[in-house]
Amino acid sequence: MTDTVIDVRGLTKRFGDRTVVDQFDLKVPRGAIYGFLGPNGSGKTTTIRMVCGLLKPESGEGEVLGFDVLKESLKIKERVGYMTQKFSLYEDLSIRENLEFISRLYGLDRRAERVDQALADLGLSERQAQLAGKLSGGWKQRLALAACMIHEPELLLLDEPTAGVDPKARRDFWDAIRRYSAQGVTTLVSTHYMDEAVQCDSIAYIAYGKKLIDSPTAEIPKQIGLYGWSIAGRPLMRAQEMLEASPGVDLVARFGAEIHACGKDPAALERAVGAVKAAEPHVDITPIEAGFEEIFIYLMSGAMDNFQ
Amino acid sequence: MTTAPHSLSKLIDLSWARVFAVFLKELVQMRRDRPTFAIMIMMPVMQLVLFGYAINTDPRHMPAVVEMREDGPLTRSFLASLAQSTYVDVIAITPRAEDGEAMIRSGQATFLISIPEGFERRLVRGERPQILIAADASDPVAAGGAIAAIQQVAAQAFAPEFQGSLSFLAPLPAPYEIVVHRRYNPAGVTAFNIVPALLGVILTMTMVMITSIALTRETERGTMENLLATPVRPLEVMIGKTTPYVFVGAVQVAIVLAVAMLLFRIPFTGSFLAFLIAVTLFILANLMLGYLISTVARTQMQAMQMTFFIFLPSILLSGFMFPFRAMPLWAQVIGEALPITHFLRIVRRSF
Ligand SMILES: Nc1ncnc2c1ncn2[C@@H]1O[C@H](COP(=O)(O)OP(=O)(O)OP(=O)(O)O)[C@@H](O)[C@H]1O
Ligand SMILES: [Mg+2]
Repeated sequence: MTDTVIDVRGLTKRFGDRTVVDQFDLKVPRGAIYGFLGPNGSGKTTTIRMVCGLLKPESGEGEVLGFDVLKESLKIKERVGYMTQKFSLYEDLSIRENLEFISRLYGLDRRAERVDQALADLGLSERQAQLAGKLSGGWKQRLALAACMIHEPELLLLDEPTAGVDPKARRDFWDAIRRYSAQGVTTLVSTHYMDEAVQCDSIAYIAYGKKLIDSPTAEIPKQIGLYGWSIAGRPLMRAQEMLEASPGVDLVARFGAEIHACGKDPAALERAVGAVKAAEPHVDITPIEAGFEEIFIYLMSGAMDNFQ
Repeated sequence: MTTAPHSLSKLIDLSWARVFAVFLKELVQMRRDRPTFAIMIMMPVMQLVLFGYAINTDPRHMPAVVEMREDGPLTRSFLASLAQSTYVDVIAITPRAEDGEAMIRSGQATFLISIPEGFERRLVRGERPQILIAADASDPVAAGGAIAAIQQVAAQAFAPEFQGSLSFLAPLPAPYEIVVHRRYNPAGVTAFNIVPALLGVILTMTMVMITSIALTRETERGTMENLLATPVRPLEVMIGKTTPYVFVGAVQVAIVLAVAMLLFRIPFTGSFLAFLIAVTLFILANLMLGYLISTVARTQMQAMQMTFFIFLPSILLSGFMFPFRAMPLWAQVIGEALPITHFLRIVRRSF
């Protein structure tokens, strides 16, 4: 078997006359945790659905787990765990019944055992008879995740799996993903959380259906080349207004009690921040390294300008 | 390729295990959805009982007006029997046709029984004179029952008179003829007609609606997305999801049959096997119609509304309400396309 688990080229999807995904290429090696980022409506869900064979692209080709995405979607489905963005288990079935139903559909052996194990891992053994619809939002997400892993897939396609999940559960979840990854399970995960993005080996960033970035996570800051300054102290209102009006400042964002001002041109940025310090002497300015949060806010605001 | 597929299910790549998984899931969901389940069982009972009150298969004391043009021993004997019978109450006897017509038009009388002039003379001569019964058949079932009763009364009334010198008149056919004009409802729907037909209506209603809703629910709630991501095939979903409703249909059929036979004493005279085949085909046809709707409807509400697109013509154009042959051709064409039309033809011959 090949070592590239997802290899798609030129995937294009149109809804009506809107091109929602445009010439999308992606190569994901075995065992990788691949982050899939992009603003709302950029086409992440649509792309994931094409990758697991739920949606036929207008054009493009590729292989997933060595099977043709266009012709062998049944074989792909057997080996992929897809967690939908919206909760898609049965609210009127109990937790256990949902897991049993899914394991029947995959034709699994040792069904009861697997379901017991999944329930124990989730910590839901005592509540297994409860209706899934009665679970809280975060617990629904965790159940859905357990359901898409019950058949031990080789590839996980997770569409915002941790939306609405508490920080502790999110950590547990990412620990689990890393464990799977070590066993050779590949993961493509879409997320809006930057603390999750940094845990990915690589990140593909998509905006308005076009892939803008696709790099190992560590290389992205260098690639974007965004410089930053932190402005602290109070009051900061006027400082923020000044920065927003300055040329050379591409991004002004509030981070707790600080303002982060970022820009591509370090000299212009330094001039702008210097001007603020001169006008408001009580603030402290320090150069910082632009983090993922800044980078993606910057990208998303830039994408807006480019595609409007 | 040297190995031939062993079975049809291999040929079309069908896994009965997955069909069974979907079937089980659907059963559990059906059991949880108490209100819908109650409707499925209660609807046939309620409809039948409601119709049962409307259908009085043994009508009594129907007001009748007798228009009598002549007065003789035979007609008097007929009148006497009529008065004795509990089926009709003779409220007036008149020699004038207009009076009788007026009473039936005003609703005072349900029947107008007219004995023409020269009835006795022609009877004795063996000319088979006519007794005209005009019935207000706007309450068709009741009228139908009474008409049959009047025929009985006539037979009883004249029988003793045909002894002795008139005995040559006794053998069949009856030496007189009763001509019945059903007014306002030429089809003359009767209880025997309506209860079996009700089976068709009940099955159309529940089978089409419940399947379309059960399937659309998957799309509406987003569970279809998850289902599609598993290896389950569309055909397996289709079989697994519709099979439980075949059983629901069977239960409904059993209820209707039991009520029809026990409560309304409607005899089952046709071939039971033919009936079973027809019912099975009919249930399947309705399930498939429901399935068809679910492919178009996005929400359960839409599915419900679309069901009525099938339900209304099923009631109006199938021959359930109006005689099929009396409808305009276009309506007959639509009617022919509805499963219930064909089901009604079969089921009415079975009872
Ligand atoms: N079935 C559909 N029919 C028509 N348009 C659709 C359909 N599915 C998605 N779209 C459109 O395609 C675009 C991309 O949607 P998609 O769900 O892929 O975005 P996303 O990146 O997953 O967004 P989010 O972060 O909000 O989940 C959106 O503008 C959406 O309105
Ligand atoms: Mg999405």
